[in-house]
This record gives sequence, C-alpha cells and structure tokens, in this order.
Amino acid sequence: MTQAVPGQPIRLADRSPGRRRSGGGSGAAPWVFLAPFIVLFLMFLVAPIVVAIGTSLFKVQKSGLGFDTASKTVFVGVQNYVTALSDPAFIAGFGRVLLFGVVQVPVMLALALIFALLLDSARTKFKRILRLGVFLPFAIPGVVAALLWGFLYQPGVSPIVEGLKSLGISVDFLSQGSVLWSIANVSTWSYTGVNMIILFSALQTVPRELFEAARIDGAGELRTALSIKVPLIAPALLLTTLFSVIGTLQLFNEPTILKNLTTNITTEYTPNMAVFATTQANGNLNLGSAMAIILGIVTFILSVVVSSVSNRRGRNS
Amino acid sequence: MTAPTTTVRVRRRETRARSGEAGGERRSPLAQTVVIIVTVVALVYFLVPVYWLIVASTKTSSDLFGTPGFEFAKFNLFGNLAALTTYSHGIFWRWMLNSIIYSGLGSVLMTFVSVISGYALAKYRFRGRSIVLAAVLGSMLVPGTVLAQPTYVLLTHLGLVNTYAGVLIPTLVYPFGVMLAYVYAQTSIPDEILEAARLDGAGEFRAFFSIGVRLMSGGMVTILLFAFLGSWNNYLLPLLVLNDIDLVPVTVGLTGWFRQSIDIPALQGLLVVGALVSVIPVVVVFLSLQRYWRAGLSAGGVRF
Repeated sequence: MTQAVPGQPIRLADRSPGRRRSGGGSGAAPWVFLAPFIVLFLMFLVAPIVVAIGTSLFKVQKSGLGFDTASKTVFVGVQNYVTALSDPAFIAGFGRVLLFGVVQVPVMLALALIFALLLDSARTKFKRILRLGVFLPFAIPGVVAALLWGFLYQPGVSPIVEGLKSLGISVDFLSQGSVLWSIANVSTWSYTGVNMIILFSALQTVPRELFEAARIDGAGELRTALSIKVPLIAPALLLTTLFSVIGTLQLFNEPTILKNLTTNITTEYTPNMAVFATTQANGNLNLGSAMAIILGIVTFILSVVVSSVSNRRGRNS
Repeated sequence: MTAPTTTVRVRRRETRARSGEAGGERRSPLAQTVVIIVTVVALVYFLVPVYWLIVASTKTSSDLFGTPGFEFAKFNLFGNLAALTTYSHGIFWRWMLNSIIYSGLGSVLMTFVSVISGYALAKYRFRGRSIVLAAVLGSMLVPGTVLAQPTYVLLTHLGLVNTYAGVLIPTLVYPFGVMLAYVYAQTSIPDEILEAARLDGAGEFRAFFSIGVRLMSGGMVTILLFAFLGSWNNYLLPLLVLNDIDLVPVTVGLTGWFRQSIDIPALQGLLVVGALVSVIPVVVVFLSLQRYWRAGLSAGGVRF
C-alpha cells in the first residue's frame, strides 16, 4: 500500500543504516527522546485496555438487605460479554450504525470524490471558493455542528421546516424513520470537506503525463477522471473509507445531542451511546467495559474486512 | 521553509501551469452549466447553516422564534453577548477558559511529545525502532471513543476523575502527531546537517533543539493545529470524567444548555450566540493556516 510518491522521499533515512551508531554516545539518545511518548503510551493506551479487559471479567455483587449495602467484586468470566451480546438494544445499535454506514459512507465519499475531481480539473472555475466552502464545516467542532443542525431540524425555529410548511410541505426531521438520516446529514456536512482534501491531495500526486497521454488518445475529461484518476487514487479512497467506517461505528456526539430533541433516539441508540449509558448512567463499569471491548473488536474486524476487500478488488482490476 | 509547505507551493504552481495550458480548449456549454450548478448547490448546502447561525445570533429571543430564519431582524448581537456574559455568573467564559486550557496547554504538550518522538524514530537506527513504529501505526487505528470508557475506568482507579489532569493527560497520547512528525523529520532534516553538527561537537540534545526543531517548524505548526482542534472537539472523555460544571470545556457546557433549553426557552438565544462565539477563534485559526492543514492531511494520507 505504501507507494513511492514523487517528491516525497519517504525512506530517506534508510540510506544510511548503522551510520548513526558511529556518532558515539548516541545509543541512549533515541530512547530518552522517546521516553515521554512511551510512558504516556503505556499509561493511557495500553493500561486502559488492560484494565478494561480485567474489569470486564468481574461483577459487583450487592450482598445484604437494604441497610447493609456491603458490596463485593467477584470474578464472573465472560458473563458480562454474554449479557452485552444478549441485550437486544445493544445489538440493535450495531445494526443501526451498520445501516447508517452502508448509506452515509458511500454518499459522503462520492460527494468528496466529485468535489476533489472538480478541484483537480483544470477548467473548473471558482476553485478557491468551492474548496473553502466545502472545507469550512470541518472547522466547526462536531458538537457545535450537531447543535446547529439541531436548531435547523426543530419546528418553530428552523427556517427549513417553516419554509417548507409555508409551501404546504410538512417535514419531520426527527421522526422515527427520518432521524437516523438527519444524523447522517450532520456527519456528511461535517466530514465531506476533509475527505475531499485527502482525495484532492492524492490526485495532485498523480503524474500529469498520464492525462496528456489520455487526452492525445481522445479521452474526454470525464473519461480521464473515471478511468485514470479514480483508479490511481485507490489507496487514498481506501484510507478515507477506512476512517469513515471507523467513525461510523464510534457514532456518539451527534445522536447524543439530537437525543435532546426527540424520544426517537434512545439512550442505547448507537453502541458507543450504550457503553456510555451503561458506564455513566447505570454506573456499571464492568458491563460497560465489556461493551467497549466488544465495540473495539468489531471495529478492528470491520477495518480488516474493508482493507482486504479493497485490496482484492484492486488486484482484480 | 520546510518541505511540506514547499511541496504545496510547487503543486499550486503546477496547477496554475496546467490551467494555462488547457485554456485554449473549451468545455462544452452543457458540462460548464452542470459544473456551475454543482458548485452553487454545494456552497448553499455547506454554508447556509453557518449563515443561519450568524443571523440567529443577532436576534432577540422572541425574534428567534417569531421572524423568518434567514432574514435579519432587530440587531441585538451585543445584547445577546451581554446576556451570555452575565448568565450564571459568566459560566460561559469559564468554559471557554477551560477549553483554552485543555486545548492550548494540551496541544503544546502533544506537539512537543510528538515532535521529539518522530525525530527520534526518523533520525536514529536502534534496536526496537520498528516495534515502536508498528505500535504507533497500530494505535492510530484505535479510535479515541473506544478508549474513552477504559480510560475512565483507569482514571477512577487513579483517583483522577473530576480533575483537569484527568482530561488533559490522557489526550497527550497522540500517535497521529508522532506519525506526522516522523514524516516531517524524514523529509526536512538532512542527515548531513546532523552529522556536521556532531562533528562540531554538538551533543544529541543540542542537535535536536537547535537544528531539528528549527527545520521541523513548519511541520510543528501543522501538528499543533491538528492537536488543538482535536482537543477542542473532545467531548466523550470530558463528559465521562467531569461532574463539576466549573471544569467542563465549552463543548460539554453548551450541550448542557441545549438539554436544558427544552425546559428553559430563554437559553436557546444564549446557546446560539454561545455556539457562534465558541466557533469564531477556531474558524479564524483554521482558515488562516489552511495550507498547514492541507500539508498535514496529504502527508498523513501519503503514509498509508
């Protein structure tokens, strides 16, 4: 997947292996430089996972009746995992984010790809304003974006709902059927720009001679885009797909904020919301840890599947 | 200037050259129309919510509900700002201050740790280097929100729940920043200069602080920006870790108002103007340093 990109001598340092050691006394230096990161890495990336796995294998049992609220922690093995996996609401959350991802990720990436191709095309006017306009929402924190759209979905405040009403069209962005897509809209609005920039950067590294050759062969701009540009930026498309899929599984901010507007978003609407509700609202650290680990494993499996499917497709063509 | 920014410049020039060379031919009128329509629709979709926020911030609470959303009414922006400042003893500005502490201090520390680690990984050969690199790459795939709950569990064990440190320290692990710094160090610090410094008798630390840091300064700005906006966006971890309303960042504070505004309609006006105020510094920094963003994203993308 790591391709040599013109103008980016990525493996520059590999030219002189072993040369560094001749410097004398530099043996410990890299480890001293790396020490802060390694300590933080072990403490706040490795340790939390280890602690969470440990916590997920136990259960707090309350013994005694009412006045005697002594509780003790007992080892229960995989019982929390069984409980989590047999919770229909938790499983439904996975189904919901999968449905969301199957629709939202392709739509968003298709938009990002169209804008990136327009920016890359020599004859597109208004490039600067297009790039700035599409990218601007990414500068707005996701939480504020959700608040903002929350207002635009609310009847009474929303000029969209009110405007359509005056035309005799009544829409409800927060109904049981539509609210998932209203959340998808917030994600698309926020993240199309950043994906556009990644794809555009990839397009810029494609050698220009290829387009010349295609043009001389009589290929139009659209044809060049579809049969030369898109296949050549497949690695960047894979990267954006991967990040979007991971992002979808983690869905939390937008539904949590929009939940204030409608009862159609439950506390366990997405897996991450279920983890939060179990940990914070119900105070069950043990079950919450098991859920977080299940979510981590599913995320990992899905990213492996996405990258292997894309690799296979790339090889076939 | 460092390599990433130069690359962007060079590319821009290429683009310009290309548009010049293609200027002789004309696209069919139909295609031209389609492109213009796509551009206009895209701009409306991506910019109208922002326009609404600006308009709504200037309205009184009654106008917010009583007048058409996209039209300006009585200009009350300053009244709204005054209300925002006095509400609940100025809690909003406390939240802004908290966000600045979490993101400002946090991003400076994140950048330092990332740059020094990326430099070490790029400029030294040592045993265990590939293991550290693999760990950095692998952990880029661990989403922060999956880690939030386990981190919260750990923080309860450490007694750091409901403290500034509890939110600040866990965000300092920033594998993406290390990866970017690694790429920048490789492309912008020639080995020869470091060799020369060593021959002149500079120690390893001297070489890093006086040469490495200087040559990587463009990349450092990029990492700082990513780190700053990443931590300004942080929501789930503070939501889990903090109970004290005086400690929360502005994202958590505003969503608290959003929840309450269902019962207290007067909060809606404050929420709108508060959202605008909270976004302004970020958008200004973001747009004025746009080229660093693009450089960072392409460098990050190139790695995969």
